[in-house]
Amino acid sequence: MLEIKALRAAVGENEILRGIQLRVRAGEVHAIMGPNGSGKSTLAQVLAGHPAYTVTAGSITLDGQDLLELEPEERAQAGVFLAFQYPVEIAGVTNAYFLRAAYNALRKARGQEELDPIDFLDLLEEKLKLVGWGPEIMQRAVNSGFSGGEKKRNEILQMAILEPKLAILDETDSGLDIDALRIVADGVNALRRPDRAIIVVTHYQRLLNFIVPDFVHVLVDGQIVKSGGKELALELEARGYEWLTGVPEEASA
Amino acid sequence: MSSPVESLVNREYKWGFVTDIEADSVPPGLSEDLIRLISAKKGEPAFMLDWRLKAYRGWLKLSEPHWPNVSYPAIDYQSIIYYSAPKTQKPLGSLDEADPKLLETYQKLGIPLTEQKLLAGVAVDAIFDSVSVGTSYKKQLGEMGIIFCSFSEAVHEHPELVQKYLGSVVPASDNYFAALNSAVFSDGSFVYVPKGVRCPMDLSTYFRINAQNTGQFERTLIIADEGAYVSYLEGCTAPKRDENQLHAAVVELVALEGATIKYSTVQNWYAGDDEGRGGIYNFVTKRGKASRGAKISWTQVETGSAITWKYPSVILQGDDSVGEFYSVAVVNGRQQADTGTKMIHMGRNTRSTIVSKGISAGRGNNSYRGLVKVLPKAFGARNYTQCDSMLIGNRCGANTFPYIDVQNPSASVEHEASTSKIGEDQIFYCKQRGLNTENAISMIVNGFCKEVFKELPMEFAVEAQKLLGVSLEGSVG
Repeated sequence: MLEIKALRAAVGENEILRGIQLRVRAGEVHAIMGPNGSGKSTLAQVLAGHPAYTVTAGSITLDGQDLLELEPEERAQAGVFLAFQYPVEIAGVTNAYFLRAAYNALRKARGQEELDPIDFLDLLEEKLKLVGWGPEIMQRAVNSGFSGGEKKRNEILQMAILEPKLAILDETDSGLDIDALRIVADGVNALRRPDRAIIVVTHYQRLLNFIVPDFVHVLVDGQIVKSGGKELALELEARGYEWLTGVPEEASA
Repeated sequence: MSSPVESLVNREYKWGFVTDIEADSVPPGLSEDLIRLISAKKGEPAFMLDWRLKAYRGWLKLSEPHWPNVSYPAIDYQSIIYYSAPKTQKPLGSLDEADPKLLETYQKLGIPLTEQKLLAGVAVDAIFDSVSVGTSYKKQLGEMGIIFCSFSEAVHEHPELVQKYLGSVVPASDNYFAALNSAVFSDGSFVYVPKGVRCPMDLSTYFRINAQNTGQFERTLIIADEGAYVSYLEGCTAPKRDENQLHAAVVELVALEGATIKYSTVQNWYAGDDEGRGGIYNFVTKRGKASRGAKISWTQVETGSAITWKYPSVILQGDDSVGEFYSVAVVNGRQQADTGTKMIHMGRNTRSTIVSKGISAGRGNNSYRGLVKVLPKAFGARNYTQCDSMLIGNRCGANTFPYIDVQNPSASVEHEASTSKIGEDQIFYCKQRGLNTENAISMIVNGFCKEVFKELPMEFAVEAQKLLGVSLEGSVG
């Protein structure tokens, strides 16, 4: 489904990704792990098309379609979803309005009929159960005054509604207590499907106890230095990143 | 890590057309003779001429204020045409007799002026350059005792009301532009709602500056008698011209005991091009006086004009009176705005609310200037002020100048201010969810203005939202 070849990307003069090679098939869950500053979040942002990053070489295709040719909203319309590490607040715009606008933008782009507020409400109620929320949350402004955990749950709710082909979860576990982590992970697991690929970007193995990946990749200095099955995550938990980077973790940030 | 959010393109001003219509104009320049001429053309009674001449003599002694945070080349007051009226062969008996070109203009502007369009439910008084072209719904309103007509008509038909209230809120000597207006104003709207009457529909005036080098000096006077209610809407446009045009209006609101006046403005005068050529100088004095238990509420959406300089204010004279000011001011391109309000608390337990939303894009400069004054006898006065600024891009500016003067220790005055920036990250977030840039900005900005838009009558709110979209089109690349 997703094919990344020899991908290099930079912020200004500073090269961060230095030849990423990755293939993700439908139905698979891949974990991208690595020390701070290794380029994990950059990879997530580049896949979604953040304008701050310049791709200098390589290619990204989704089901054969060249993603690098597409604007961020076109990538979203093609089925790419990024759960943000730091979800953005939008004052005065209700969660319900935002979600419906996004949902309808995707439908419109795909030549489907837009959903009116009443029908959308039905869809919403069903999806809210997934993250254990009542309808009240939908009348609050997007992420405004949300706790860290609520923001991450909101990302998973958006994912549930937008039904992406490829979901990228960027440090979705950061800042979550164990209960929130469990809710978020349960939500993600419920969204695993044979026709959907998921990439989980995380620093810690903890999340992977709940969302069990098919593959684990270790990113160091903008390159994947090691790939393996889910047991690789456990090894990293036990040994840290030092044996792969050659430097103590604190120094590699 | 966010790249600059700027790259401005000039937006098209949709209302920039010129109507080719023969006008009866006076030569440019200002003198006592000109004022006599205007007064004579309008066949005014002696008290009006005296009032104008007094205002003119006062104006000569005043000097143009330069304290607003705006800059512009000196205005040559002798090069302005102070009176211009579409030429008509004879006085109009009904709208059907009006110049078709004029009616076509109003149709382009989307004003429901023709008889069948009156069914839309808004009573309109339309001011074209200097004279009022037609007031709709007059008869229906008349049956309830409501007077809604052009100012000139009011001078003839209801001189006692005009004489009693004209200048009672904004005296001719109030300030430079108010004095100029008082001397030369050619028309405007007049509303009187009798005791205990609730005006059944929104009353509306539409202002249009058409002729070249013309100043528009309209005068609006609204009187809500005891316990009356009226909601009044004002919209404005002008053709695109390279020269600056001066608009110096005066609006006076008189809310007698227990009355309510709600005044909403959507101002979309031509703002000039990207280099700052042309556009309207909107130097306006708007003020209301609230008697005991009365309420005056100003809501404004200011998206146009090269320079906006206005402070719709409320004098809270009576006990328990209420003043409100809800404002959205948008500047893009080279626009400058210095706007805000004054709430003067005189009576006991007077309350005021100020919500101001300033949006700056391009090289625009937006200033909020507000005065909350609590006089010694205003026991228990309360004010709440919220002042938010939003910046789009890196070359615009936002300023807040709050003045608070409290002379009674039992008063409570609250002021909150915030500045935010639409960042690349906010837009990227929306784009990642499938929305395009324009929709993302429109959503973010409308969210920001929500508290003000909800104060507007429904139809106006929809128009304001659209206008905001147009005003900010292309403000982020």
